[in-house]
Amino acid sequence: MKKLLIGTTLAALTTAGAAMADGHGASACLITKTDTNPFFVKMREGAEAAAEKAGMTLRSYAGKIDGDHETQVAAIETCIADGASGILLTASDTSSIVGAVTQARDAGLLVIALDTPLEPIDAADATFATDNFLAGELIGKWAAASLGDNAANAKIALLDLAVSQPTVGVLRDQGFLQGFGIDLADPNVNGDEDDPRIVGNDVTAGNEEGGRRAMENLLAVDPEINVVYTINEPAAAGAYEALKSIGRENDVLIVSVDGGCPGVQNVADGVIGATSQQYPLLMASKGIEAIAAFAKDGTLPANTPGKDFFDTGVALVTDKPADGVDSISVVDGKNLCWG
Amino acid sequence: MANESDNYEAVVQAKRAENVAEFTDDRKGVLAHIQHALHVNPALVPLFVLLVSIVVFGLLLGSKFFSPFALTLILQQVQIVGIVAAAQSLVILTAGIDLSVGAIAVLSSVIMGQFTFRYGMPVEVAVALGLAFGTVVGSINGWLVAVMKLPPFIVTLGMWQIVLAANFLYSANETIRSQDIEADAPLLQFLGTTFKIGADAEGRGGATFTYGVIAMVLIFAVLVYVLSQTAWGRHVYAVGDDPEAAQLSGVNVRGTLISVYAVTGFICAIAGWALIGRIGSVSPTSGQLLNIESITAVVIGGISLFGGRGSILGPLFGALIVGVFTLGLRLAGADAQWTFLLIGVLIIGAVTVDQWIRKVSA
Repeated sequence: MKKLLIGTTLAALTTAGAAMADGHGASACLITKTDTNPFFVKMREGAEAAAEKAGMTLRSYAGKIDGDHETQVAAIETCIADGASGILLTASDTSSIVGAVTQARDAGLLVIALDTPLEPIDAADATFATDNFLAGELIGKWAAASLGDNAANAKIALLDLAVSQPTVGVLRDQGFLQGFGIDLADPNVNGDEDDPRIVGNDVTAGNEEGGRRAMENLLAVDPEINVVYTINEPAAAGAYEALKSIGRENDVLIVSVDGGCPGVQNVADGVIGATSQQYPLLMASKGIEAIAAFAKDGTLPANTPGKDFFDTGVALVTDKPADGVDSISVVDGKNLCWG
Repeated sequence: MANESDNYEAVVQAKRAENVAEFTDDRKGVLAHIQHALHVNPALVPLFVLLVSIVVFGLLLGSKFFSPFALTLILQQVQIVGIVAAAQSLVILTAGIDLSVGAIAVLSSVIMGQFTFRYGMPVEVAVALGLAFGTVVGSINGWLVAVMKLPPFIVTLGMWQIVLAANFLYSANETIRSQDIEADAPLLQFLGTTFKIGADAEGRGGATFTYGVIAMVLIFAVLVYVLSQTAWGRHVYAVGDDPEAAQLSGVNVRGTLISVYAVTGFICAIAGWALIGRIGSVSPTSGQLLNIESITAVVIGGISLFGGRGSILGPLFGALIVGVFTLGLRLAGADAQWTFLLIGVLIIGAVTVDQWIRKVSA
């Protein structure tokens, strides 16, 4: 029995050693905003699969809730202490985290921001993300094209993310307005536009409850709203409930961003007119590949030409394609959806 | 002599006039009268604040705010917090606090949804199990507080984490879509059913109510009756005021505490059901701030955190005040942060008033 145990331990040690040798002893960290959101769950799946393929060890960390900055800083410190080769990070607080990120880079780690760019964007070695401005622009163009001549007297509600106006929320909102053909004033700020077609902005926290409340608030300002931009699909589902409660769900165009499976299903059911789909799994797997390359010979990841980040792509999902706007069908969208 | 000793009642009768002990209030003036009135009826302050804020926003915003549509919208927006605040009030009346209310509500709603969709149970059974779940978790809280003598803050802090984590583990954070619920299990959305009074021909405007709002009002009505008219209700106040005195007067302190937490859990599960009606879908990420929001409503509603004092109607007014401020400031175009700032002022103001009222009995 004792011999057997020793044998097993030895075998285990050798296997572990072999695995370490394969990945050149490399390990990587994935730090997400939370570990409950399907978007980050999918991201972790992508990272785990890619790490296994590259023979790397992956350690995953997550904040307790969206906005939990302290846990993310502690996770970065743990990764430095752990001797990881690189960190994939979706930051909750994009500017405050820069100090910890600099510390990691000074310690020789490759830091890649996933999904959410840091402020400034070059605080990380690279950013692998959706072009959120483009994602917004696609749904804006689609909405304008679908309305045709009526776009000139649309009444638009903008359901944003949070009062603090995180980058992703600003990019999608401003992208939508640009696509719709509305003057942006300052493109770094939501809500400073003076186009009379905009009824107002409100915040949703990116969930159903917030989406419904924000929609109700804006309907109280103007019950004739007929175009609704939403930061993501849960917020869109909440907005739809608010419209349904006053019987206006059929004469309002809702557009969104994300491409989660429930969201794409909502496009199929006509709840959402069109949504811009992003690809978290790809962000994570590309990120792990970049860390593996960096660990091997110090290669730094390159940006997509013409952009200050690596674009992981975005596609407009709708079953009502509009002229002049590229889109994929709901069936294709379902095959690519996450969560 | 014999005659006099027979007439023993005369002594008592004579003593009657002597005024052995009397509570006299030497304090005079308008302020003392107000203080006394508030002591007798602590819900007056939040009611006053509520009416004033409605009038002020009504004057500022005119018909946009002062319309049946906007005013009933506030009711819809506060229904979940209102129901949870009713539950929270019971616990706070016993000088406890329940941090797990929101988590219980959300997991109950997830259970109602997942039992129906994952296991194919009849929706009536799933709803009943969801309500039972809330009651059981509440009872566990109550048992730990009453029998194990653990502080309520600690018990419910732990339970909050346990239930919330269980919620995410069990649900895998999957949302059940509104359209699926509508097609297969409309009972889950029952409390979201709306009806209108005074809408125009196209069904727009007018006062809009949901069954969830009615449920909230009913829960408060039942609690008003139970707390003031039944032995159990008086025991809740007695236990909150002084558990030892209550015990010595023959109140079953343990039983009362456990039942209070159980009822709280049950009401939270109803809130979870109403939550499905409100947002249409079953979403494990909703209701994260319900514990804080409910405590806010209770405190603004004038229920003393020291237990044993306060009117159950207070938290209803407290929740409505928060709703009026949120929508009013929103319609006035103010930054959302102003709402939180003003609510903070209200909380501190409410506790200050509470301390001042307490002096009347000191």
